[in-house]
Amino acid sequence: MTNEDLIKLLGDKFGNKISGVNEPYGLLTIETTKDVIIGVLGYLKESAGTGFNYLTDITAVHYPERNHIAVVYHLHNMVDKIRIRVKVFIHEHTPTIPTATVLWNGANWMERETYDFFGVKFEGHPDLRRILNMDELDVHPMLKQYPLEDPNRVDKKDEYFGR
Amino acid sequence: MNHNQPVYTDNDPQSELVTLNLGPTHPATHGVFQNVLQLDGERIVSGVSTIGYIHRAFEKIAEHRPFYQITPLTDRLNYCSSPINNMGWHMTVEKLLNIKMPKRVDYLRIIIMELARISDHIICNTIIAQDTGATTTFLYLFQFREHIYEIYEEVCGARLTTNIGRIGGFERDFNDIAFAKINKFLKEFPVALREFESLLNRNRIFIDRTAGVACVTPEDALSYSWSGPLLRATGVDYDVRVNEPYCSYEDFDFEVPVGTSGDIYDRYLVRNEEMWQSVSLIEQAMEKLKHEPAGVFHADVPDFYLPAKEEVYNNMEALIYHFKIVMGEIDAPKAEVYHAVEGGNGELGFYLINDGGRTPYRLHFRRPSFINYSMYAKMSEGMLLSDAIINMSSMNIIAGELDA
Repeated sequence: MTNEDLIKLLGDKFGNKISGVNEPYGLLTIETTKDVIIGVLGYLKESAGTGFNYLTDITAVHYPERNHIAVVYHLHNMVDKIRIRVKVFIHEHTPTIPTATVLWNGANWMERETYDFFGVKFEGHPDLRRILNMDELDVHPMLKQYPLEDPNRVDKKDEYFGR
Repeated sequence: MNHNQPVYTDNDPQSELVTLNLGPTHPATHGVFQNVLQLDGERIVSGVSTIGYIHRAFEKIAEHRPFYQITPLTDRLNYCSSPINNMGWHMTVEKLLNIKMPKRVDYLRIIIMELARISDHIICNTIIAQDTGATTTFLYLFQFREHIYEIYEEVCGARLTTNIGRIGGFERDFNDIAFAKINKFLKEFPVALREFESLLNRNRIFIDRTAGVACVTPEDALSYSWSGPLLRATGVDYDVRVNEPYCSYEDFDFEVPVGTSGDIYDRYLVRNEEMWQSVSLIEQAMEKLKHEPAGVFHADVPDFYLPAKEEVYNNMEALIYHFKIVMGEIDAPKAEVYHAVEGGNGELGFYLINDGGRTPYRLHFRRPSFINYSMYAKMSEGMLLSDAIINMSSMNIIAGELDA
């Protein structure tokens, strides 16, 4: 199975719900929408033609200038040794997406981590609590508006230290 | 309700169950993490894992550091095998920059990575033995971790948090003492490992404590995204080194050991066999090094590889490159890349998004301990407390990799 076969399979099945097809460094990357994401992941996992039965990772990326949070899934087909990256862009003010725990148990903690750091609410998740930060924290620290250093400090400016 | 505590409690005063806090600091957890267990006698009814006690916000820090300054962060993920993390990060950046490494550097990296794997597995396997009551084996094999650290020290000057190598190669060639120490290790370690195995493999007490305990089916292991020796112990032959060879692993001849039942004994056997395979890999790499041009220890990429210090002090171009690289002013493509290496505990992945700035736009670590550990509370249900403790040892949960 090659990336072209996969693009064709997904195009036949989901039509214009699949967009942004790209292959950075050979890793097939597709974008989809949150209403069909579980359908897409389930199809990739269970269909005989695809067989991505291993969830490698779930994480998110914040793009403040576009008001987007991208939820990124990495799946792996161990038999054909092929990976796929599925992205869903959701609005940063309404960060909700259906949970993937219905497909993989391992998604539980990965989604808790994503919720903890980005505030993405995974609908239907059995136990959506913070996992690494303390429960009292009232921000989701990986969002770009939160600086690394204490913003009240005047002696250290971000432009001197990289970003 | 106190939100510091896990949400789960049994408030029924009539309950016969006992709540036990295993951790955050407990000799049996070998790290800072907590399990709140409900016990019925010695049997665990249910449990809640709480982690994050040493969370250090590495992903946030990484968004504010040039590529070079991220290497020391990776040291502190799985600090029992930091060179694998370092090399994994270097290779991620090299993949982003499309740097092709000379074979000799790949082989040197394999030597270091396999030594790190051995030291990681030594810790795990000796600690399983220790937790079942066999202190002798622990002390006996553990000294070889010291010998491995001496080799690191010879190569890079550090022992635990190694910060070894650079983007584009090594900071210097291995010296003769390093090679002599590797050869000495290759001679002495198999003898000790064989004796270690003869003390435990057919040991009645050890088998009674480990065989048939915490069995995991391959379906469950895959569903929980397990990787590494834990997944292989269940019978799934997934190894990143074979599936997606990096760093010239395709040039080597080695086997991927798998278990059958996924119990603690199988995990122990898989890790032991992996140590044998690692020894063989190092031997093969030492042999291959003889056919490579001596003195090559980095790729010829002056834009990305830090120049030697004496050059920096005496040569204008070297000084400019040095300054640009240290300040992160390198021409890295705007792209995203995922690179995985086989860490001591499984698939260690780096998901890097570069937007052309000095620092990564986003860097995510796929940490095998974090993902493997998510099954622990569920696995413990119905298990004896003493079995749950060796189960934790056999999963080799490293707090640094858990919390990132």
